[in-house]
Amino acid sequence: MSVAGIIRGARRLPLSGKIGLALVIFWIIVAVIGPFIAPYPPGSFANEEVFAGSSRQFWLGSDFLGRDVLSRLLSGARFTVGLSVVAVAIAASIGTGFALTAAVGPRWVDELLSRAMDTLISIPSKIFALVLVAAFGSSLVLLTLIIAITYVPGNFRIARSLAVGLARLDYVEVARARGEGRLHLALVEVLPNMIKPLFADIGLRFVFIVLLLSGLSFLGLGLQPPDADLGSLVRENTSGLAEGALAIIAPAVAIASLTVGVNLLIDAATQGKAH
Amino acid sequence: MSGASPVSRWRGPARLVAKRTGLALVTLVLVSAVIFTISGLLPGDAAQEVLGQGATPEQFAALRHEMGLDRPAVVRYFEWLRGIAIGDPGQSLVANKPVADIISERLPNTLILAGLTTLFSVPIAFLVGIASAVTRGQATDRALNIMTLAMVALPEFLVATIAVLVFSVKLLWLPSITIVPQDPTLGEFLRAYAMPVMVLGVGVIAQLGRMIRAAIIAELDRPYVEMARLKGVSPRRLIFRHVLPNAVGPIVNSMALSLSYLFGGAIIVETIFSYPGLASLMVNAVTSRDMPLLQACAMVFCATYLLLVLIADTVAILANPRLRQG
Repeated sequence: MSVAGIIRGARRLPLSGKIGLALVIFWIIVAVIGPFIAPYPPGSFANEEVFAGSSRQFWLGSDFLGRDVLSRLLSGARFTVGLSVVAVAIAASIGTGFALTAAVGPRWVDELLSRAMDTLISIPSKIFALVLVAAFGSSLVLLTLIIAITYVPGNFRIARSLAVGLARLDYVEVARARGEGRLHLALVEVLPNMIKPLFADIGLRFVFIVLLLSGLSFLGLGLQPPDADLGSLVRENTSGLAEGALAIIAPAVAIASLTVGVNLLIDAATQGKAH
Repeated sequence: MSGASPVSRWRGPARLVAKRTGLALVTLVLVSAVIFTISGLLPGDAAQEVLGQGATPEQFAALRHEMGLDRPAVVRYFEWLRGIAIGDPGQSLVANKPVADIISERLPNTLILAGLTTLFSVPIAFLVGIASAVTRGQATDRALNIMTLAMVALPEFLVATIAVLVFSVKLLWLPSITIVPQDPTLGEFLRAYAMPVMVLGVGVIAQLGRMIRAAIIAELDRPYVEMARLKGVSPRRLIFRHVLPNAVGPIVNSMALSLSYLFGGAIIVETIFSYPGLASLMVNAVTSRDMPLLQACAMVFCATYLLLVLIADTVAILANPRLRQG
């Protein structure tokens, strides 16, 4: 797809899709340049007043220690977006890799992989993540891996059904008869034709991952201080709930705008194709 | 067969249900192996957790022996599995009480919360699903679609935060933590549960409503619906007498998924409202690395999930004449 093609596609989106796309682009930009445009260092006690409201100096007020909420949000977004993107990329690579292996490999490989994934999918994802965190702890790298592994089975299930369907088609049979190897079948014949529905699944899984990561951080089991993602910011400031502090509302709304944005974009993009 | 006796008519479904039950049990045993393996992988073990850093190697070895940790993992796994099967999953390391006691204290709370949320959200989800299916493509459907799409993606702590701000901080209607008094009146009971039920309900209504819409629309495209329309069946009768009975399978399935979410997914809601349910118990077990408690909680959640899916499968088999031929 060319750049012009993408722009044309974006123009044709319904309003909800355009809003979703705008939110997604906004958060990507924030994740990339956020820390550089933050008015204060995220750890500095910039304001003497705690849980201050919005002012010209502190757009989103101050938190429970008097730190600038906007600055902390701008650096927290990088963790939320970045870690989730890496996690979803790992989850999709493993899940789809297994799915392609199952589709073009011998039957017993498919059986084995499908049984294993069916077992893992019977463990609710939050519960699975909790068991993994309890066993391994939650350093930045481990947390990313844990969240990725949690969503491998879901991606495998979708990708396998797509890949198996394609692998049975005549053109793949022809390629097989031509003597192409399994790697060629998987990567050249099958994968390119399942990319679009696969991207829709990856987008949804990204939403789940953002929610899981923020949820874990909110419970104190996710990212550990001094690092703070958007979920940690909500957790830190729960004592401000009774006074309706911006410090707790702003990061929660930030997460919601990211996940809702992705959801709206995927919904609009996939519906456009159906008609 | 025209003269099928009542017994032989049910033999097919019964065999199918028995097969599903067996499969669910096998899956549960596999799940237990996964949970046991993962939670046993950590470098330190329970004896170390209990004794702390300062213990001598002799004390350590003695406690390991006493706790049975010096035996092979396979032996410990089967003993643990046997314990789970007979309802005795061991001793909590932190509370020093049997895990079974702790769980049976919390389980009723979780069941009440899940039950109330189901009563509250399932009817609304049906309303949303049916309303958007019959207005497919029109303004109502599109508005509901955007609404439920957004609701699915909202983090629970945002919904909970807003609910607390509106109902307890601004309006002073509802308490911001859920404490149910001893022998509550109906009013007290409903006031205590109103907010956690609402917050959990948002996700369930959105998710279930979307799936009900999809299930109904899949049926609406079938020829028999066209036939019924041409016969002049009223839209209300068409939905309730023709379409819904045929969509029971997928709808019951999505209900099972939503209900299992209520069980384990209540983690955030239970924490925010300080509600003593199973999910917050599991979070405590993670924080204190109380592995026996953690493993038992995880098993309860997985067993519930498999049970709900099994019930949904059974209902779908019994409700669907085509599957009944089995």
